[in-house]
Amino acid sequence: MKIGIPKEVRLGEKRVATTPEAAEKISKLGFEVLVETGAGTAADISDAAYQAAGVTIVPSATELWAQSDIVMKVRAPEWHPALNVNEVELLHAGCTLISFFWPAQNADLMATLAAKNINVLAMDSVPRLSRAQKLDALSSMANIAGYRAVIEAAQHFGRFFTGQITAAGKVPPAKVLVIGAGVAGLAAIGTAKSMGAIVRAFDTRPEVKEQIESMDAEFLMLDFKEEGAGTGGYAKTMSAEFIAAEMALFAQQAKEVDIIITTALIPGKPAPKLITTDMVASMKAGSVIVDLAAEQGGNCALTEKDEVVVRHHVTIIGYSNLPSRLANQSSQLYATNLRHLLTELCPEKNGIININMEDEVLRGATVIKEGKITWPPPPPTLSLNAKTATTTPEVVVKEQKKASPLAALMPFLLGGLALLGIGLTAPIAFMSHFIIFILACFVGYQVIWNVSPSLHTPLMSVTNAISGIIVVGALVELSATDETVIKIAGLAILIASINIAGGFLVTRRMLEMFRK
Amino acid sequence: MMSQGLVTMSYIGASILFILSLSGLSNQETARRGNYYGMAGMAIAIFATIFSSIMNDYSTLSYEFLIGALVIGGFIGTRAALKVEMTQMPELVAAMHSLVGLAAMLVGYISFMDESASFTDAEKTIHEVEIYLGILIGAVTFSGSLIAFGKLCEKISGKPLLLPARHYLNLILLIAAFYLGYLFLNGETADERLLALGLMTVVALLFGIHMVMAIGGADMPVVVSMLNSYSGWAAAATGFMLSNDLLIITGALVGSSGAILSYIMCRAMNRHFLSVIAGGFGSAGGEAAAIEGDVQPIDVIETVQLLREAKNIMIIPGYGMAVAQAQHTVNEMTRFLISKGKKVRFGIHPVAGRMPGHMNVLLAEAKVPYDIVFEMDEINDDFENVDVSIVIGANDIVNPSALDDPNSPIAGMPVLECWKGQTTIVMKRSMASGYAGVGNPLFVLENTRMLFGDANVTLQAVLKELQN
Repeated sequence: MKIGIPKEVRLGEKRVATTPEAAEKISKLGFEVLVETGAGTAADISDAAYQAAGVTIVPSATELWAQSDIVMKVRAPEWHPALNVNEVELLHAGCTLISFFWPAQNADLMATLAAKNINVLAMDSVPRLSRAQKLDALSSMANIAGYRAVIEAAQHFGRFFTGQITAAGKVPPAKVLVIGAGVAGLAAIGTAKSMGAIVRAFDTRPEVKEQIESMDAEFLMLDFKEEGAGTGGYAKTMSAEFIAAEMALFAQQAKEVDIIITTALIPGKPAPKLITTDMVASMKAGSVIVDLAAEQGGNCALTEKDEVVVRHHVTIIGYSNLPSRLANQSSQLYATNLRHLLTELCPEKNGIININMEDEVLRGATVIKEGKITWPPPPPTLSLNAKTATTTPEVVVKEQKKASPLAALMPFLLGGLALLGIGLTAPIAFMSHFIIFILACFVGYQVIWNVSPSLHTPLMSVTNAISGIIVVGALVELSATDETVIKIAGLAILIASINIAGGFLVTRRMLEMFRK
Repeated sequence: MMSQGLVTMSYIGASILFILSLSGLSNQETARRGNYYGMAGMAIAIFATIFSSIMNDYSTLSYEFLIGALVIGGFIGTRAALKVEMTQMPELVAAMHSLVGLAAMLVGYISFMDESASFTDAEKTIHEVEIYLGILIGAVTFSGSLIAFGKLCEKISGKPLLLPARHYLNLILLIAAFYLGYLFLNGETADERLLALGLMTVVALLFGIHMVMAIGGADMPVVVSMLNSYSGWAAAATGFMLSNDLLIITGALVGSSGAILSYIMCRAMNRHFLSVIAGGFGSAGGEAAAIEGDVQPIDVIETVQLLREAKNIMIIPGYGMAVAQAQHTVNEMTRFLISKGKKVRFGIHPVAGRMPGHMNVLLAEAKVPYDIVFEMDEINDDFENVDVSIVIGANDIVNPSALDDPNSPIAGMPVLECWKGQTTIVMKRSMASGYAGVGNPLFVLENTRMLFGDANVTLQAVLKELQN
């Protein structure tokens, strides 16, 4: 099948849906890859680089859409300004479209496409299963957005991030507050931290505390008990009391910090308003707010989508497409996500895709199959299951039987009886040997527990050598008069001396090797 | 020439030297000295015995046999010790166990045939019981170790041989041994008793074979240490038989050493000693969860990139490293990475390899400094700080299902929790499961990458690429 990658038409969209590296691997799955001329230019990928990877360059968008059985894009189909036609019109029947789609927000587009009898797989609908992580484009894009958010903030912030003591005076480190510790939030924390800032982070889900602290940032605790985790690892809307407490925390933090990066999103809903006008006004002059939720209305009341504005001496950055500002990197990751999706779609590696609705990952991503709208998929419940599965066994395993006092005394009773039995019947001569035997066992027990585990092999070989002491038995018997006895004793001496010589020498050889 | 008192004093000296020899193994610095103590103890014991026996008149034939046997045996032993590859240590150790068993058997027989000693009634019975037990333990050790040797050098399949009704078979052999013992003690003529003794030896040999055949390859460390213990008990039984305290002490030392090693190995696999001995690994328990997901293979270049970016590297060797003889390449790579300022450590699972301490010896052979080689308990909590773990030819010892799947055959076995680190690179020949026949969910984890191929060849390629 032919896979076509058109040039993105949205203004300011620099990403492209495949890279030469990814295209080469896709061809190995049996597909033929077509790329519209200039599709990668904005992401610093030339047509020649594509051609070197075995990609066919198609001179026009119309031709590309007409030839492709599968179209892979970044953005959902929209109005093509150059051709003056909607991209939807370019899709032919039986074709498969793979892109970001946002089915919840694009019901009309979904209906239009369904009428055309095509398949649509939405990269934003890939379920959050551990198996699907390699094709989770939302996460890979969020990671980039988080990184870029810090870079944008640094661009507009008038000071260092890191603290310094210089001849010209002391520079305090910047204080950064990250709200929402999802993939983007964590990436922002990591980036800000590596630039030397003091980073604090807040999230409604208490289980991310560990992740935040693992990145050396401070987790802001809210003295309030409410579980903030919804299904699929995303956040949910919180109660009014919780929000009040949360807002008080932000108001206090706003006065202290220099940079706020907000990443709070709730799937399918407008972004929660977390930073009010008053809070912005209370911030120090020159502070920066980066609002990663600008696309969904913004977490800050004063955010203007796709604009950088200065309000109350605070710079508020509302860029909605940060990944596109790191176009080469984001194209690479997105292309890899798409390639992994194709691998899932084409397990036979024969260049033919099979949208297997039994497969939970593919089922989740599929929005339209053969003209039928299949969105929304049944809710993914696995993240919950996985959690219970890991916690239950501990409970089961740790249940221990309490030993009854009788059972604890049993070995002593039996041992005592056995000793008594031996004492009653055995002659004195035997008893003295027996005492030595038992004492030697105890000495052995004490000594061996101290042996370093790394020396267990030398221990075995040296005990091999020592058990060659059996030679003593044979040496004694050598004084017998019977010739057969002497011969057998000689054989026993031979065998035992193999052990003695071999055991000690090989131990020595080994121990010589242990060097600091 | 030498009075009985002097002999006894020499024996006490030898016993003390043996104990010092074993206690010297508590760390690497004193271990070498300990080994010399052992040699000195053995020399004292042998000379004291020879001189005291010469007093009891050795014939010319005795001298010829004595010197001939010592020279030939010493030569064979020396040769074997110098020739053996470090990867073959388990085989050598198993072979030496079988020799102890054989020697104990022979000494038992000659002690029976040599009627020079005279005993009273009770003493006679005890003496005969001792002979009987000595031969029995010796025979089991001999045949069991031979089978273990065969399994270790893969002349015999490592798979457990599970005969139907094998527990009953063992029971029948046990009853037969008791019955023959009764016949032996109450036999009228010497021939009758010799016959009973011979039949018992056959039964004991069969028992040893059957016991080890039923044990799977993954349990080999337990078997080897168990046979080590048996060889000690065989020596102790011989000591009782000959009323020789030195033999008793030494046998008890070796016997308890092997028993403790077996216990440590069993604990490291979270298995009961009896269930290992009863054989048939993994046949019990519920259905283990099936493993779903795709492995993510990587190539040498990507591996090198990961290693270049990592600061904290953990290497987890398994039996596969021994098979591929990759320890020298591992050492070279380790040294190179350390010279680049990276922290490289080794994590050793107690049952990695085919005998206790096997991995440590291989790494020592390759001159890996022992202070970067750590036991599982020492480093398991530290995996969170590890950037890259490299698993070389290991499987069951890094299997997360041991911890989170109660139905897994290896459930509850402590494992190296490498998946808690950032990235795990698993080097494997193919996707086959480990000796326990258990699938490993580690391979499909998000942060695991599979590097397929022969460990040594691949590591050499990695090393070359690193140096470029």
